[in-house]
Amino acid sequence: MRLPLLALLAKEPAHGYELKNLLEQTFGQAYPSPNIGQIYVTLQRLERDGLVRSQDVVQATRPNKRVYALTKTGGEALANWVEEPSDAPRIRDDFFMKLALSPMAGATDQMGLINRQRRHYLGLMRGLSELASSAGDDSPIARLLIEGAMLHLQADLDWLERCQEELM
Amino acid sequence: MIARAIPRPVTAADEMLLKITRLTKVFKGSGPPVHAVREVSLSVRRGQFVAVMGPSGSGKSSLLHMIGGLEPPTSGEIWFDGVRVDGLSQAAWALRRRQHIGFVFQFFNLVSNMTVADNVELPALMSGATRRQARERRTELLAELGLSDKAGASPARLSGGEQQRVALARALANRPSLLLADEPTGNLDSLNTSDVLRVLRRVHGQGQAIILVTHDARAASMADRVINLFDGMVADDMDVLPPVRSSVAAAGVIRLGE
Repeated sequence: MRLPLLALLAKEPAHGYELKNLLEQTFGQAYPSPNIGQIYVTLQRLERDGLVRSQDVVQATRPNKRVYALTKTGGEALANWVEEPSDAPRIRDDFFMKLALSPMAGATDQMGLINRQRRHYLGLMRGLSELASSAGDDSPIARLLIEGAMLHLQADLDWLERCQEELM
Repeated sequence: MIARAIPRPVTAADEMLLKITRLTKVFKGSGPPVHAVREVSLSVRRGQFVAVMGPSGSGKSSLLHMIGGLEPPTSGEIWFDGVRVDGLSQAAWALRRRQHIGFVFQFFNLVSNMTVADNVELPALMSGATRRQARERRTELLAELGLSDKAGASPARLSGGEQQRVALARALANRPSLLLADEPTGNLDSLNTSDVLRVLRRVHGQGQAIILVTHDARAASMADRVINLFDGMVADDMDVLPPVRSSVAAAGVIRLGE
């Protein structure tokens, strides 16, 4: 949450609800309802760390609003984040640990383990497919995000098949 | 003789379109025999969409080819619409396929020196439809699959996804009770795959029974049921449950942490 908020603030200063709206516009159904509480907590921490600063803006008819702006340090942190390559591909290590260690835990039905995991993935894939078909009006970013999640899931399923071929 | 049709209540057996029992395929060549399919039994209801997944060599295509009469089983039974069909001659199978079964493959197998329209009209004409009936059905199908403007084109001028949609139109021309699809998106990129999947979803929505062999989890997840074959046997047989949708939608695709 920290760096996405810094990125949104790089364009212009904004208050919490504007940031929530910007997240919604950018990610559409891929990130349906950003938690406003989480946004405020993150903004406070960013301010504590000197990455943003805030100013109360007096409004005539409504309560004051606190507007946040990127600091120079915040701008540098953002630039570093954008420039450095991101993490290596995810490995489903939790599932793999179950598969590898279940015989020691006395659970010998590895085929059942693989089948349950496959069912779970296919259910998720179904959800993503339906999300993708209803995300027609979302931004290209939102649609690409959903497609990316589906491609990852396909890779997870292919890998499950490899586990099955090697271990069964 | 009381062979007249007597009205009776619809039973579970009537809902059953396909029933296979202990179906087995052994390929015998110069080497040791290969057991491609080992005593698989399953039933498919009318209008059901079944995806068959599994590693290469797990017997998916052999199973589909036996169900469609393209390969004779080594043993076991195939019942289609209450009629046993595994012992039929090739000629009888060809007739049955033309009337009841549509087939699409990874490679589109369109007749290259005929137009798109002629390709789609061919099955109806071969089944004895008049030119006018064949043309009406073709117009209807091409419109439904978004291909009306391609009717006069040669298949070679179409994208892969368009060719596969033409192949689907041809497979559906005689309103088969079962559509068999062997890796229909296996040769397509992501966008063309989406086009073909949209068509499969639509025809299933109209009550078309489908058996789809696929590696593509996106395709499989559209089915009512996914069967996983492994080493010629059914390793898993699951209903794909729609309620998951809400949990995915609610959680979103991304989660922004701290």
